[in-house]
Amino acid sequence: MGANFLVNIGEEVAMILFGIGFANLLFQKNLIKKIIGFNIMDTAIYLFLAEKGYITGRLAPILLNGKQDPFLYINPIPSGLVLTGIVVSVSVTALMLSLTMRLYRRYHTLDLDEISAKLRKEGL
Amino acid sequence: MAFVQNVPFFSIMLSMFSGIVSSVLPGKYARRLNYAMLLCITAMSGWLLFYLVSSDMGSYIFMMGHFPAPFGNEIRAGILEVLMAMFFCIIMALSLFGGRKKLGNEVEHTKHNIYYILCDLLLSSLLALIYTNDLFTAYVFVEINTIAACGLIMIRQNGRTIEAAVRYMIMSLLGSGLLLLGICMIYDMTGHLLMSNIKEQILIIMETGTYRIPMLITIGLITVGLAIKSALFPFHNWLPDAYGYSTVSSAAILSSLVSKGYIFLLLKIFYRVIGFEIIADSHVLHIFYVFGLCGMVFGSLSAIWENDIRRMISFSSVAQIGYIYMGFGIGIEAGVVASIFHIIAHAATKSLLFISAIGLTDVSGGSRHFQDLNGSAFRNKIAGIGFSVGCLSMVGVPLFSGFVSKILFAEAAFIVSAKKMFPVLIVLGISTILNAIYFLKTLIRIYTPADKTLVRERGYLSLCIPEQKLYSLTIILFICVNIFLGLNSEPMLRLILTGLRNFA
Repeated sequence: MGANFLVNIGEEVAMILFGIGFANLLFQKNLIKKIIGFNIMDTAIYLFLAEKGYITGRLAPILLNGKQDPFLYINPIPSGLVLTGIVVSVSVTALMLSLTMRLYRRYHTLDLDEISAKLRKEGL
Repeated sequence: MAFVQNVPFFSIMLSMFSGIVSSVLPGKYARRLNYAMLLCITAMSGWLLFYLVSSDMGSYIFMMGHFPAPFGNEIRAGILEVLMAMFFCIIMALSLFGGRKKLGNEVEHTKHNIYYILCDLLLSSLLALIYTNDLFTAYVFVEINTIAACGLIMIRQNGRTIEAAVRYMIMSLLGSGLLLLGICMIYDMTGHLLMSNIKEQILIIMETGTYRIPMLITIGLITVGLAIKSALFPFHNWLPDAYGYSTVSSAAILSSLVSKGYIFLLLKIFYRVIGFEIIADSHVLHIFYVFGLCGMVFGSLSAIWENDIRRMISFSSVAQIGYIYMGFGIGIEAGVVASIFHIIAHAATKSLLFISAIGLTDVSGGSRHFQDLNGSAFRNKIAGIGFSVGCLSMVGVPLFSGFVSKILFAEAAFIVSAKKMFPVLIVLGISTILNAIYFLKTLIRIYTPADKTLVRERGYLSLCIPEQKLYSLTIILFICVNIFLGLNSEPMLRLILTGLRNFA
C-alpha cells in the first residue's frame, strides 16, 4: 500500500485535481470560477494521461539520429490524445468565456443565480 | 468492397463540408445546401440499408486512412446504425422545414447562414457518433455536438437563451469530463482505442479476474457522464430552459436528436466496448432502472405543474428519456429493443409537438401560457391536428407510435423476473395517466372555443392551410411518419433486432 502510494503519486494528484475542478465547475456561483474549475478538471485528465504514457528513463517520441528502436521512447499515443484534448478544451473555454461576456454586458454580474433572478424579474 | 459501402464515410464528410462551404454562402443558399445535403444523405442511407438487408451482411468495418486495425481509425456500419442515420436526417429536415418561418422572425438575417452551419456540423457529429468504431473519436465528436447544440440554443439572442446555453454547457462539460476520464481509464487498462480491440482485452481481463474495481469505476464514469449529457432524471435541470426558449427548430432538433445521439453512443459502449453481460453484472443497469422509473413519474409531475406549453413539452421529454433508460435497466434484449424503438418514436413525436405548439402560440398573440391558448386549434387547424396526433401518440393511443413502444416495454417486463416486472407495469400505468392528464388538459383547452370579443380585442390571427403551405406539409409528413411507425412496427422491430444482434 505504502509503496504503491509513492509509485502512483502522479495519478493520485491527477485524481485530486480532477475532484477539485469538478467541484468548482459544479458548485461555484461565479462563472469565471466555473470556467477555471473546468480547466483544472481537464488539465488533471491530461496529467493522468501523460503519467500513464510515461516510461521512466526513456525519451520523448521524436526520432533522433535515426534511432528506430521502440524501446528507446515513451508511448506516443497518450501524448497525441492530450494534444487533441487540449484543442477541444481550448475551444470550449473560448465559447464559455464569450457566453460569460455576453451575460456580463447585459446583467453586470457574473453570478448565475443573480442572473436567473434578474431574468425572472424581466418576465421573459 | 461494393461502392455503396462508402456511404457512411460520404455522409459524414458531406455534412461536414457543407458546413464549411456554408460559411461563405448567404443564408438562402446555405439553407438550400443544407436541404440538399439532408436529402442526399437520407437517400444514400436508404440505399445502404436496402443493400445491407438484401445482401444479409449484417455489418461491416470501413478502414479510415491507410493503417489497419490496431493503429488506424475505423468506422463500422450495420443495419441499426444506418437506420438511425436515415431517421435522424428525416427528423432534422422536417424540423427545419417546420421552423423555417419562425427562424426568419426570431433570428437576425445576417445570422441565418450560421444557423445552417451549426445544423450541418451537428448532423456530421451525430453521424460520426453513430458510425465511429473508435472511442476517442467518439469523445471528440461528443464535444463538437455539444458546441453545435449550444450554438443552436443561443442563436436566438435574448437573456434567457444565453443563460440556458450557459447552464447547458456547464452540465455538458461535467458530463464530458467524466466521459473523458472513463475513456482514459479504459485505454490504460486495455491499451487500445478501437472498440472491438478493447472488447477482446476486456474479456481477457475479466477471465483473469484482475482490475475489477477500476473496471467498475470506469463503467460508472462513462454511464454517469453520458446520462448527464442526455438529461436522465436527476440531471435534467438545464433541459426545460434550453428547449423552452430556443427557436423552435432548435428545440425540436435538440430534444429529438442530440440527446438520442448520446444514448446511442452509450448503447454502443455497452454492446461493443464492454459487453452487455459485464454491464449487467456490474449493477449499473439497476441504477438506470431506478432513475428511469423516477424520471417517468417526476418528469410528468413537473409537466403537470407547468403553465407554459413549450416548457410542458420539455418536461415531458424528461419523462420519455426516463422510459428509454428504464428499458435499458430491464437488462434483457427485449428491453433494449423497446428502448431503441422508443428513441425513434419519441424523436418523431416530440419534434411534431414542438413544431405544432409554435403554430398554436403564433395565433394566440405569441403567448405560451395556457389561459391564452383557448380555441387556438380553431384558428390554426393544421397545427391543432398535429398537436392532437402528438398528444395521442405520447399518451399511448393505438394507431400512433407511442403505443407500440409502451406495449413493448410492458412485454419486456413480463419476460424478466417478477421483482422488476411489477414496478415497471405500475409505473407505466401511473406515467400513462399523468401523461394523459397534462396532454389531454392541453387538448381540451385548445379545442375550447374562445370568447369572440376577446379574440377581436387582442387581434389574434387565424391561419388557414394555403397561408402556410410549407408548415402544413411538414405537419402532414410528421403525422405520416407517426402513423407509419404505429402501424408498421413489425418490420421496424425486425430491423432493430437484426441490427442489435450484429451490433456487438
